[in-house]
Amino acid sequence: MGVFSRRRLTAIALVTVTALLGTTACGGDDGAADGGPVTLTVDVFGQFGYEKLYREYEAAHPGIKIVERGTGGNLDEYSPKLTQWLAAGKGAGDVVAIEEGLLVEYKANPQNFVNLLDHGAADLKGNFLEWKWTGGLTADGKQLIGLGTDVGGMAICYRKDLFAAAGLPTDREAVSKLWPTWQDYVRVGEQFKAKNTGAAFLDAATNTFNTILLQTAGNTTGYSYYDTTDKLVVDSNPAVRQAYDTTVDIIDSGLSGRYGAWSEEWVSAFKQAKFATIACPAWMTGVIEGNAGPDAKGKWDIAQVPGSGGNWGGSYLAVPKQSRHQAEAIELAKFLTSAKGQIGAFQEKGPLPSSPQALEDPAIVNSTNAYFSDAPVGKIFAAGAKSLKPVYMGPKNQAVRTEVENAVRTVELGQRNPAQGWTDATANARKAAAK
Amino acid sequence: MVVQVDGPPPGAVRTRSRRPEREHRLARLDVRYSPYLYVTPFFLLFAIFGLYPLAYTFWVSLHDWDLLGVDPAFVGAQNYTQLMADADFWNSVVNTLGIFVLSTVPQLLAALWLANLLNRRLRARTTWRMAVLVPNVTSTAAVAIVFAVLFGREFGMINWLLDLVGVDAIDWKANRFAAWTAISAMVDWRWTGYNALIFLAAMQAIPRDLYESASIDGAGRARQFWSITVPLLKPTIIFAVIISTIGGLQLFTEPRLFNSGTNAIRGGPLRESQTMTMYMFENAFAPHYNFGYGSAVAWLLFALIAVVAAINVLILRRLGGGARKGDR
Repeated sequence: MGVFSRRRLTAIALVTVTALLGTTACGGDDGAADGGPVTLTVDVFGQFGYEKLYREYEAAHPGIKIVERGTGGNLDEYSPKLTQWLAAGKGAGDVVAIEEGLLVEYKANPQNFVNLLDHGAADLKGNFLEWKWTGGLTADGKQLIGLGTDVGGMAICYRKDLFAAAGLPTDREAVSKLWPTWQDYVRVGEQFKAKNTGAAFLDAATNTFNTILLQTAGNTTGYSYYDTTDKLVVDSNPAVRQAYDTTVDIIDSGLSGRYGAWSEEWVSAFKQAKFATIACPAWMTGVIEGNAGPDAKGKWDIAQVPGSGGNWGGSYLAVPKQSRHQAEAIELAKFLTSAKGQIGAFQEKGPLPSSPQALEDPAIVNSTNAYFSDAPVGKIFAAGAKSLKPVYMGPKNQAVRTEVENAVRTVELGQRNPAQGWTDATANARKAAAK
Repeated sequence: MVVQVDGPPPGAVRTRSRRPEREHRLARLDVRYSPYLYVTPFFLLFAIFGLYPLAYTFWVSLHDWDLLGVDPAFVGAQNYTQLMADADFWNSVVNTLGIFVLSTVPQLLAALWLANLLNRRLRARTTWRMAVLVPNVTSTAAVAIVFAVLFGREFGMINWLLDLVGVDAIDWKANRFAAWTAISAMVDWRWTGYNALIFLAAMQAIPRDLYESASIDGAGRARQFWSITVPLLKPTIIFAVIISTIGGLQLFTEPRLFNSGTNAIRGGPLRESQTMTMYMFENAFAPHYNFGYGSAVAWLLFALIAVVAAINVLILRRLGGGARKGDR
């Protein structure tokens, strides 16, 4: 082995350094040929439950083939990818799912999306809950970016076997009566904890925090981190502080299993029955089923959420301007977000419809979920959905939410005391909002 | 194969005799310029994939550039001044350097030791030598995911083993030094064998007679290793250090996949294991989508690597003379 010359080393160094700087993800190309059968790519995250609907649509529209990407994936990994595709002008699917928290950011740059109002979407207004429809519009109301898919009506999902082990009632009516308020929920948690079942009462304080925040904000101010003039109000909105304080109570009582939400450990904890309850927006039922696996079928059930109402999450379908099959993609998006499409998705994976017609449909109202001990999910979720009070989201909602939830996480892990955690939350939120 | 023995083709002879001066000039041009032609592909590729992104990144870093936005505003050095005062950025610098030191030092020592073992007479020597390279050919993502599971707080095997010997469970992801250790373990697992092979190659180039005369003088194995092997390996060691520096300062996949769940890009609740490349990603992409700021991070990373590389070159210069004498 000889001595490497300095020049060669410098060259190696330069190449390696620049290789880093040039690194960006590249999107795929559907490579559809003109004239031949059209392949529509649908980009999703998590579980949208569209599989059967695709087959049905393909059968009704010969010459169209639908491919879904990203099923089961993490929203955190999906959103930067989608943004890169949009920025690069290439790579995005023909129909893309956008979570409501991110839609706010995309609305600031509507030029990336097809204006669905130009394609007859205005007639569909009545098919959606008023606020869900408005959510897809840009601030000036002139462009419709997305058609609503689902809303995230709240409940609490719990494991009956762990409740029985702790001597608590297991019947969903009785469980719902245990916790009219979040304080009651904490009290039940303390009883559960005293029985040493080997499981925690809940999965992660951040999930519960977000649930309480969205519920409190919906019932009081109508906004969370930003007010409706897009001013950052993390430290002055009483809803944020109240949710934080309640979450600190939960943490102080030692109720959280401290599994980082959406981490590998969190997924394992489902499988190993390491926590008894989880804040459960309608779409979470699909996540639970996926994570806990078929062995846990019939061990889970669904009860009312403490406090009242609240909406967490829910998405929209949009068509990027870069799509080469816009007309076909728009038709598909309309189909998937129609009352019929929303009912089909609900029956498949549980996302709660945002269409009032679907919410009144017997197929939803009378539906039960076999995985969750035949819980009447239609009644539990759909009942509250029509009266849901939306929470306004500001321009950098996602970045600010990340900082605040992270501060909650440091308190949960004992790295920060509650007072420090609050200071971190507000200071880091300001920093993130300014970026 | 048929070999033509008729001498030079008549055409060539004729041309040469007819236009000797032109032929001569062409030959001179050929001698003078064709070497440049031969090296052009590298420089072309470097210009497209190296220089251009480098310059463009710098251009972007001077703007307030929203990834999706239109008409980014020119802000001069504002991103840089902001970055200099950004505690999270410096945290990522410390993490990067910390993980770099924590992984490189044991890695090179272990590689040296492994190479020394492999350099002895062993049964199935080639098998052993190939075996040490196996970790290097596995995918980084697979390694990172497996290690992230091994180092789990509650369901991880490492904590289970620690529990057997009575040590309390460690929250590997929420403890700075623990996170650095776990990530370093990943890096070492992958790269120790690779460096061992490089060292082994250099060791085999050391003349046997040096060892023989050392044995005659009564030097034991350890003495031979420290007084002959290591000094003669110096240039190789420096090479390995530089390559590890470049890799270590750009560490991304291992720490990113080690942290799973929401906001994994932060590298833990208090950014315990967020490296510079992760901080760059966090700013340029989700959740901030501030391309200008992210590009500024990329340029400072470039500067840091240049500084560390310069230090390496200085060391190489100082040690190079002494080592070169021993090199064949």
